[in-house]
Amino acid sequence: MADHQGSYTTERGFIGWWDQRLPIIRGTRELILNYPTPKNLSYWWTFGSILGAMLIIQIVTGLALSMHYTPNAQLAFDSVELIKRDVNGGRLIQAVHSVGASMFFLALYIHLARGMYYGSFKAPREALWLLGCLIFVLSIATAFFGYVLPWGQMSYWAATVITNIFAAIPVIGDPLLQWLRGGFAVDNPTLNRFFSLHYLLPFVIGAIVVLHIWALHIPGNNNPTGVEVKSGRDTVPFHPYYLVKDLFAVVVFLIPFAWVAFFAPDILGHADNYIPADPLVTPPEIVPEWYFLPYYAILRAIDFPIWFIDSKLLGVIVFGAAIVVLFFVPWLDRARTRSGRYRPAFRIVFWIFVLDFLMLMYLGSKPPEGIYVVLAKIGVLYYFVYFLIILPLLSRYETPRPLPASISESVLRPARS
Amino acid sequence: MGAVIGGIWPLINQLNPDASVLALSTVDFDLSSLQEGQSVTIKWRGQPVFISYRTPKQIEEAKAVPLSDLRDPQTDEERTKPGHEQYLVQIGICTHLGCIPHGPGQGDFDGWFCPCHGSQYDSAGRIRKGPAPRNLVIPPYKFTSNTAITIG
Repeated sequence: MADHQGSYTTERGFIGWWDQRLPIIRGTRELILNYPTPKNLSYWWTFGSILGAMLIIQIVTGLALSMHYTPNAQLAFDSVELIKRDVNGGRLIQAVHSVGASMFFLALYIHLARGMYYGSFKAPREALWLLGCLIFVLSIATAFFGYVLPWGQMSYWAATVITNIFAAIPVIGDPLLQWLRGGFAVDNPTLNRFFSLHYLLPFVIGAIVVLHIWALHIPGNNNPTGVEVKSGRDTVPFHPYYLVKDLFAVVVFLIPFAWVAFFAPDILGHADNYIPADPLVTPPEIVPEWYFLPYYAILRAIDFPIWFIDSKLLGVIVFGAAIVVLFFVPWLDRARTRSGRYRPAFRIVFWIFVLDFLMLMYLGSKPPEGIYVVLAKIGVLYYFVYFLIILPLLSRYETPRPLPASISESVLRPARS
Repeated sequence: MGAVIGGIWPLINQLNPDASVLALSTVDFDLSSLQEGQSVTIKWRGQPVFISYRTPKQIEEAKAVPLSDLRDPQTDEERTKPGHEQYLVQIGICTHLGCIPHGPGQGDFDGWFCPCHGSQYDSAGRIRKGPAPRNLVIPPYKFTSNTAITIG
């Protein structure tokens, strides 16, 4: 592990003078540029850097938008239109920000799935995984608050329906709902606080990303074999190898991003959000952004009570559990073999899980009737069976394929997989 | 400890509805403008309130339903004021996730139908079908004369 470290020699001149006082340049070189990285990382490992780039794009464009946006129920809708029509380059900045949220979640889901498949959450990387899950939850909140800000019909009714989820909690539900909204209905106070939180949370995410990267650098990267680094022969320094590879991946990722932002900025949105918010008219159907559709389908699939828990509360509990269960994955999947590459049965159930997630995403966009309801229930059932039953059982009963002796061996004599 | 709570509580409490929001807590409505069978939506505390002048047929239908058929059992009398049972005053928010139902005279029960997730309410605003757990909420209101009410 240590082969690439300690190669730094004290600089002369200004840099040397500065490093003696605050070793930020030396620290960057030793901890980031020379960071020993497994030499077999695939392109699935570039999504961390892509997410970092997306977060920076969101913060920079968001900062620009906030200089023109007015968080007031009477003025918000018009101020967004003003940004799109009158502000210099505003149409592009707004498009990059709203499309950027979609691209952020696309990268986030891929990053999450990669961690699940290759067992990147397993010891000693649990803290890394937990911080990642926390970033996911905060990103959901941030995206939701941001979606409310344009104050169109979808914004308003998304805010109404989502805050209403908390009213399902027994006893404290109604006071809690009024406290969250700052009124009896979603209105100006709600918009103001959502704007404030939408501005705050990305910086909280940024701070947790620092901890996430710190937690990555303690054990070092996992890799496609799941075999730990055994010697310096298994690694290459982050710079230039992975810095360049990650930058290349970011550029490739920016191509579809740019296409959508330039040519079809509304393709992922909903036409109803071009109607100003009206508290007295509900749109014919309320559909969230695509990246929330799986969880929306889970919420809606529960339309039956169990014992004394009514269907509304049960739906909310299951919806919350679908996200909370991610935090427990390191203790549900206890298989010794990290990588899905060497786990024949796991690979099958994992890809069914991915299909299940995509099916729920599709069903979330459909009206809750007929065959869609039945499929959604099957989808929810598999979602939880996968985490709570299949993963713990597979950890005990699956026979993994033999692991390569080291990363170097797997690179020189690749196993057929 | 007290000082800590004393310091934190104002920061939490500032998020509660403010005085200007609470000041809008009553609203008057003149019922004489309503025709039989007509329903209007007014705003109270920022929320829609349905005020309906029900037809004798709608009242009959509501009274004919046995309580055992209801998910949230309430008689028609419990949802109206004595002597004014033709008027139904309810908060126009689906008790499922807060959408505004269409009605009256909609759905399978001659009442309200919520387009979001398909909840159906009868001609007394009671939940009959779909995911909503409770009847449409009756706001606190009183008759200030034979044809005027104050909500709140």
